[in-house]
Amino acid sequence: MKEKQDHLTAPVRLLLVDDEKGFVEVISKRMSRRNIQVTRALNGTEGIRALRGQDFDVAVLDLKMEDMDGIEVLKIFKKIVPDMPVIMLTGHGSEQAARDGIQFGAFDYLTKPCELEDLIRKIQEAVGAGR
Amino acid sequence: MIIVLVSLAPLFLVSGMILYQFRVSYQEKVYDHLGELIQKHTQNIDSFLKEKLADIRFLSETFGFEDLNDESFLRDRLEALQRDYGAVFVDLGIVNERGLQVAYAGPFKLEKAIYYEADWFKEAMKNRYFISDVFLGLRGLPHFIVAVRDNWKGREWILRATIDFVAFNALVENIHVGKTGFAFILNTGGELQTKPFQDIKPNKKVYMHFLKKGEVRGRAINVVAGQDAFGKKKIYVSTFLKNGDWMMVFQQDSSDAFSDLGKTMNVTIVILLLGALGIVTTALVLSRMMVNRIARADREKERMNEQIIQTGKLASVGELAAGIAHEINNPVAIMVEEAGWIEDLLEEEEFRKSQNLDEFSRALKQIRTQGKRCKQITQKLLSFARKTDPRVQDVQINDVITEVVELSAQRAKYAKVTINTRLKQNLPLLKASQSELQQVLLNLINNALDAMEKNGGILNISTRLQGANFIIEVSDNGPGIPEANMERIFDPFFTTKPVGKGTGLGLSICYGIIKKMGGTIEVMSTMEMGTTFIITLPAKGARSTSPARPEETAHRGRVEDPRVPGAKLTSGAVT
Repeated sequence: MKEKQDHLTAPVRLLLVDDEKGFVEVISKRMSRRNIQVTRALNGTEGIRALRGQDFDVAVLDLKMEDMDGIEVLKIFKKIVPDMPVIMLTGHGSEQAARDGIQFGAFDYLTKPCELEDLIRKIQEAVGAGR
Repeated sequence: MIIVLVSLAPLFLVSGMILYQFRVSYQEKVYDHLGELIQKHTQNIDSFLKEKLADIRFLSETFGFEDLNDESFLRDRLEALQRDYGAVFVDLGIVNERGLQVAYAGPFKLEKAIYYEADWFKEAMKNRYFISDVFLGLRGLPHFIVAVRDNWKGREWILRATIDFVAFNALVENIHVGKTGFAFILNTGGELQTKPFQDIKPNKKVYMHFLKKGEVRGRAINVVAGQDAFGKKKIYVSTFLKNGDWMMVFQQDSSDAFSDLGKTMNVTIVILLLGALGIVTTALVLSRMMVNRIARADREKERMNEQIIQTGKLASVGELAAGIAHEINNPVAIMVEEAGWIEDLLEEEEFRKSQNLDEFSRALKQIRTQGKRCKQITQKLLSFARKTDPRVQDVQINDVITEVVELSAQRAKYAKVTINTRLKQNLPLLKASQSELQQVLLNLINNALDAMEKNGGILNISTRLQGANFIIEVSDNGPGIPEANMERIFDPFFTTKPVGKGTGLGLSICYGIIKKMGGTIEVMSTMEMGTTFIITLPAKGARSTSPARPEETAHRGRVEDPRVPGAKLTSGAVT
């Protein structure tokens, strides 16, 4: 029922930056069924390139990636599009990094692994606040 | 041994040197003293002899042969002399040049005695004034003679006087020093001229040595230390008198002469020996103490090493767990999401008609549920292991307790133990290492569970704030700790668990950690009633209103738990 309502509005444009390929793939498939259009980026560099190429309503950023520190990526994101809300994903036990991220302008954070429903709720909150 | 030698050597050297110097100077002093004494007496005797000679000279010069030849006059003169000097003069006599005693006054019947062959007469004919050696003479008694030769009408005559040996002897006999010191006089032939205090053989090498040496015949005083016939050490002092005819000898046992020195030496040696004994004892005691201290330090170090190894083991196990948890998290998340994707797809029309739809849904739900369970397990593992480091940070004690209790929940279930927590809300944050605090609590809980494993029970964990301190109580209703073990439970390697089950390090590590935090850990136990561990941690640096003061911390060790009357309290309190 929810999905049908979602379909009525314009899809949310989400940039998902996470280096866990399997996770990104299944999440983007499931989100697309919930009126969220996911652009995948498997590392910080890809994420930044994608952000330069098009506009997004919201970004979900994993803080622990191989090529770049998530906080650094966040800073660059905030430089390119200061208004775009960024939700951070952190591993359990590294909440401190997430709290640091909020200082640098992140919207909020979730600890991984999280429920899809929680993530979607957070995304909607962020989009609502951003729009 | 070296310590003893090094400390004794200077002691003995210095005392030896001082003793030697003291001995030498004391000896010199004694010799000087004896020398002076002898010289004085020698002078006395010399002047005695001269005086007697002078008296006789005076007689002969004053009265002449004619007067003195009269025996009654001579008797008067003798009486006059005896009046003046006592019984020193025994008799007087006039001897003509042929050795015939022409006149005599005295107690013996010596009138007309012939002295022609007598040594003294021969000597007197050669010298004008003469004093003889002591001899027995005609009368058979020791005496000596003072003679003055004069001339009357071209003929030689001699006035002679006999000097009483007893009176003369008294002069020498009176010389007494100490117990064994006495004097006597020898003539050049080594014959005694006085009766010595002790019987001695006059013809001794040592005296002869003096006599030969005394060629100078001056006033020189010889002091020699030697041995007598019995091998006894003696001091001999000698000097010449009567123009070198006689020699005054003084002898004394060395031990007597140096009796003061001997006493001093004895006292010194006793002090020295006592001192040496003291040094040896001190050295032994000190070295033993040192060895003990080192041994204790070694044991302590060993214990610390064990603790470090134990802590390190826990840390590495924690790291490993954290790594595994992280690695597992992602695949589990993907699995759960893939299951979710299948659920999404099952909502499509085409699958709705499938007769196995319910079974699919159930299976997927099960995958999600089990995925969640995996997630919980990894989360717990992570939260326990993520900070196995001693970094001090702000810690909420209640959170740590909740975490550890959750972690122990499964074990508690198997042990049929109910864990109750009574946590004071809104406690200030504690500055501590979270992982260390976890370790302490986990150890206490595990011990309690072990203790109650047989019959089950209740484990109460409570926190509260008391003054400037956090109090954590971990209280079980297990069998309690026997009194005999109470004193030792915090000792490393003390364990009552079966071999291979307990290391005996748990409580020791707890103690170490709490001590490091500046807190105390105490235990109260009553048999068949249960055991309570009380941890007191100072809330210093925390956002508390009053900082902890050391005195307060110190007193807290005596708090009795009102709930366990008569409970024995062992304090692991550290100040």
